[in-house]
Amino acid sequence: MTMNQILATKLGMTQIFNEEGNLIPVTVLRAGPVTIVQKKTKEKDGYESFQVGFLPAKEKHITRPLAGHFKKTNVKPFRILREIKVEDSSHLNPGTELKVSDLFKVGEFVDVLGVSKGKGFQGVMKRHNFNGGPKSHGGMSHRRPASGGETNSAKVYRGKRAPGHMGNDSVTIQGLEIVKLEPEKNLLIIKGGVPGPNQSHLFLRTSVKLARKMHKKETARLAKQQKETGKEKGKGKK
Amino acid sequence: MDSVVDFEKAFLKQDVPDFRVGDTIKVSYKITEGGKERIQSLDGVVIERKGSGIRETFTLRKISNGVGVERTFPLHSPKIEKIAVLKKGIVHKAKLFYLRDKIGKKAKVKEKKG
Repeated sequence: MTMNQILATKLGMTQIFNEEGNLIPVTVLRAGPVTIVQKKTKEKDGYESFQVGFLPAKEKHITRPLAGHFKKTNVKPFRILREIKVEDSSHLNPGTELKVSDLFKVGEFVDVLGVSKGKGFQGVMKRHNFNGGPKSHGGMSHRRPASGGETNSAKVYRGKRAPGHMGNDSVTIQGLEIVKLEPEKNLLIIKGGVPGPNQSHLFLRTSVKLARKMHKKETARLAKQQKETGKEKGKGKK
Repeated sequence: MDSVVDFEKAFLKQDVPDFRVGDTIKVSYKITEGGKERIQSLDGVVIERKGSGIRETFTLRKISNGVGVERTFPLHSPKIEKIAVLKKGIVHKAKLFYLRDKIGKKAKVKEKKG
């Protein structure tokens, strides 16, 4: 199983009708194209991978050291660089463009890595789903975290859920289905939501749990097929 | 340029007839029953149109055997085969929820002639 990876921009959420005519929630992503900037090989770096660039940058926005890095392989400057691991990097060279349509197919599953929306400093009710205290009947502890722990240990344990900064975390959503591809516009449409605000940058990879989910789907399809053929046989007997 | 609205446009129906709240329309839609597909139709007064783009919906109301029946359809659903405007109506509201509390002649929408 090859692990395909690509960088994307989140354009936003909408809904589309699937083949059965049901309305499903989807996220529209502009995925790629990414250009190989640097090639890492086993001999030189100890592992095989590509460093890819996404979203072209103006030269004036690039620092001198980075400009030198791009010049080394004679590629245009990019705003985002990220390494993608591959089993064998020998077949492609720097400057090659990788497109979504070459890497992913409709019906496959992907994991989406992104940074969630920042929520600022939040209390325990929003941050950790605490219940809070009574709103009336003289209760004065409305949204407070209440007890911090037992008195015998004379300390607050590490990891005790408390108010603090919420969001702006790196989040991975696993196993999202690819519903549609528009290769001319580099659009990738996946079912469900992804972390972060619109226009944020995301990293996509073939789902780690893909094999399991695809297997489940396939067995369900086969079972359905078997059931239908069984029904037809029953009809014939009557 | 980087907008979801542009993406949505490709999925919108182009042949939706011009109908408004208060009009009486007939909707033919596909239903699947035991693996078979057939077309059913419902005619009634449009009491609501809401949403925009692919999320736009409309609600029909009719009195069926003395019972008020309402059904909401997504306007751009591929399950909707055809929409035919039967009558144009004169109304002063954008939503005709007041029809729910009216009976008899008061529950009727005035027809626009000509």
